Amino acid sequence: MIASNRHSEIIAAGELHERASVHFALGHRLALVAGHDDGHSLRAVYLFTDGAPDARHELIVVLDRENPTVSTLSDLSFSASRFEREMRDNFGIEPIDHPFLRPLVRHQHWPEQWYPLRQEAGPMPAHVSEAPHYPFIEVGGSGVYEIPVGPVHAGMIEPGHFRFSVVGETILKMTARLWYVHRGVERMFQGIGPDEGVAIAQRISGDSALAHSLAYCMAVEEAQGLEVSDDARQLRALLLEMERLYNHVGDLGALCNDVSFAVANARALVVRERLLRLNEGLTGHRLLRGAVGVGYTRVQVLPTQKDLTEIGEAFEDVVSLALSNTVVVDRFEGTAYLSAADAAAIGTVGVVGRASGLDFDARRAHPFAADGVQSVVQDGGDVMARFTQRVQEFRISLDVVRALVEGARSLEGGSSSTGESIGSGVGIVEGWRGVVVHRVELDSSGRISRARTVDPSFFNWPALAIALNDTIVPDFPLANKSFNLSYAGNDL
Amino acid sequence: MTGTISIYAVVATLLQVVMVALGAPLLVGIMAKVKARAEGRVGAPINQPLRDLRKLLTKERLHARHASVVLVIAPMLIMASTVVAVAISPLVSTHPLLGSSADILVIVYLLLTGSAAAALAGLDPGTAFGGMGSSRAMTIGALAEPAFLVAVIALSIQSGSSNLPSIMVSTLAHPQWVLGPSRLLALGALLIVVIAETGRIPVDNPSTHLELTMIHEAMILEYAGPELALVTLGETMRLGLLFSLLANLFLPWGIATHSSTLSLVAGVVSLALKTVLIALGVALIEVRSAKLRLFRLPELLAGGFVLSVLAVVTGLVTR
Repeated sequence: MIASNRHSEIIAAGELHERASVHFALGHRLALVAGHDDGHSLRAVYLFTDGAPDARHELIVVLDRENPTVSTLSDLSFSASRFEREMRDNFGIEPIDHPFLRPLVRHQHWPEQWYPLRQEAGPMPAHVSEAPHYPFIEVGGSGVYEIPVGPVHAGMIEPGHFRFSVVGETILKMTARLWYVHRGVERMFQGIGPDEGVAIAQRISGDSALAHSLAYCMAVEEAQGLEVSDDARQLRALLLEMERLYNHVGDLGALCNDVSFAVANARALVVRERLLRLNEGLTGHRLLRGAVGVGYTRVQVLPTQKDLTEIGEAFEDVVSLALSNTVVVDRFEGTAYLSAADAAAIGTVGVVGRASGLDFDARRAHPFAADGVQSVVQDGGDVMARFTQRVQEFRISLDVVRALVEGARSLEGGSSSTGESIGSGVGIVEGWRGVVVHRVELDSSGRISRARTVDPSFFNWPALAIALNDTIVPDFPLANKSFNLSYAGNDL
Repeated sequence: MTGTISIYAVVATLLQVVMVALGAPLLVGIMAKVKARAEGRVGAPINQPLRDLRKLLTKERLHARHASVVLVIAPMLIMASTVVAVAISPLVSTHPLLGSSADILVIVYLLLTGSAAAALAGLDPGTAFGGMGSSRAMTIGALAEPAFLVAVIALSIQSGSSNLPSIMVSTLAHPQWVLGPSRLLALGALLIVVIAETGRIPVDNPSTHLELTMIHEAMILEYAGPELALVTLGETMRLGLLFSLLANLFLPWGIATHSSTLSLVAGVVSLALKTVLIALGVALIEVRSAKLRLFRLPELLAGGFVLSVLAVVTGLVTR
């Protein structure tokens, strides 16, 4: 039997498209697709979610090892088409009739027919030196030229190559070539004990250490049949908001910095530093590592109300400093517009989705702590909307933190066993960037046989390219920063 | 000034070149310091730009693979045109060597020579960034140049001469001109031009690391070592020259007008004070402002041009 809100069903491969279309018609979200190698056969798991009330439906298709094919869902969902490409690159599972079968995760220098998540994959083979040329789509026409940027950039940022097709200063098309940071994260999880996996989950994307490790722990707890105590849940909610606070204020400062308003950035960094120090007191680590483990939450020193009040005041100063500058406002408004329709079609999540009017927040759709979180969305869809969204979310988060600190009864909380280990589990958490989903399966000895991770960046990267239409080249850094997506979380 | 070369003219010319070469990097250092303090940082010492130049001079010469001789010649052209402009402009004294040649058109086109050399050097290695920077810099230059010329014509209307020393001398004789509407309008126009030409916020951000937003920095991305030092010093001296001209055209008091040691000393001290004040002012603008959207820059520069035209009109009307 499976946890009460998750329903799993093994279906025939031929039924997949029809069954999936029912879920999409009901407005369910395709949260995760995971390939599996069970030795004798391959398996694909499609996780659909809905909320509130929280509901999770899994469609499982068992595939022939010699000829693994699935019918494509790309006509139903854009994110599905990307999940299918991921599964093709990692497992060699072919989506039939997929319209755009270019490699996604696959590193250019991997040998052909080498699928890193198959059991027979073995250690990483030597890179193929004569790799095929990456097929960027060229835009023709008079006066069109290309600007290649990256993957190495001048600032301390992650590697990504951006290919702009430009007329004058206006961007006609931007292709992001990411996937330079493949570490084999999902493979690293395989065969280790669930407790050891926490450290890996913390490092999937360094700025989301808590969101990823929490989603991972929740997935393992579900698989092991652990019921986490209410105290532990409240502390987890607190930590999750602390992660949101420091990242959001950092982003607000960085947005100001990208329009050369360095003073606001400096003030924002002061607030961020105060938050990081509170995090260090709270967990012993500035990026909140170490407080959440499988079956427990343990913190050291809670922030005081005085600290939080001062941070709130300093934060409001930063916001009013930025928004009282007319040049800053002019740069933010109308820049890199992402319409609600495009955002929905792409499957955009998190801050970016809400700034384009998509009211999806896993804290309300899949709550794990009692307190619901107030909903905010913008209808602007531009850089200003993403700025404002972060401002409003920061305020709400700060209120949530205050309430949780007020109501905290203990500095730690554990769990109790419900007695039934079900072998697989799903954890869904609204990280600061958006929804983070982990799905784990345990083998008979309780070790991890498969861990699948989906970072919100996986859904949001394609939206950046859409938002850049008719944006000018010198506004790209600002547009990119307003999305602030993870390269490492995207490329596992 | 009758054929014989005055020793004071030679000294004044040398003083000007040395002062701008050593002083302009300090002005940049001062502006960086002000910005750092405004951001709550200690900031680098104000002689950091000079230290950077010394460091660059000790480095290896490196050229991009596809670069031609243009890349090598451009730094010399930038430097040479700037040094000539500094030498003949009335900065410390109204009578430097060749001061009679210091017509405003000569200075503007000497500076333009340097800009054109920098733009060609940006195109030369064939990188996307260099071309992008050159195209942006030329666009801004083309919009700033007319405002520059017309603003100085406004000044020359009152003085009856487009020779810079004459403008300053006649301003000294007619202090009431300084607060006149024509002068103030021209000052506004020239301030915009100077900010655009020196690549400061809100036009360009000299300290950004974002390649795609760069204007001037994008043009010189392919330079390294001693040639980068030469380009940087040339551009910095150009900033020093523009600040000095701005100071002396509007507040010429203190500049050496006759041949005596005391007069030259006063010229040096007053130039230093005035340019530091301008640097502080520009730094405050940079702290308070953010960088304009690239497509808004024509509006700003057109504003500068309108101010300069108004300065000419008011100058003609109130003459």
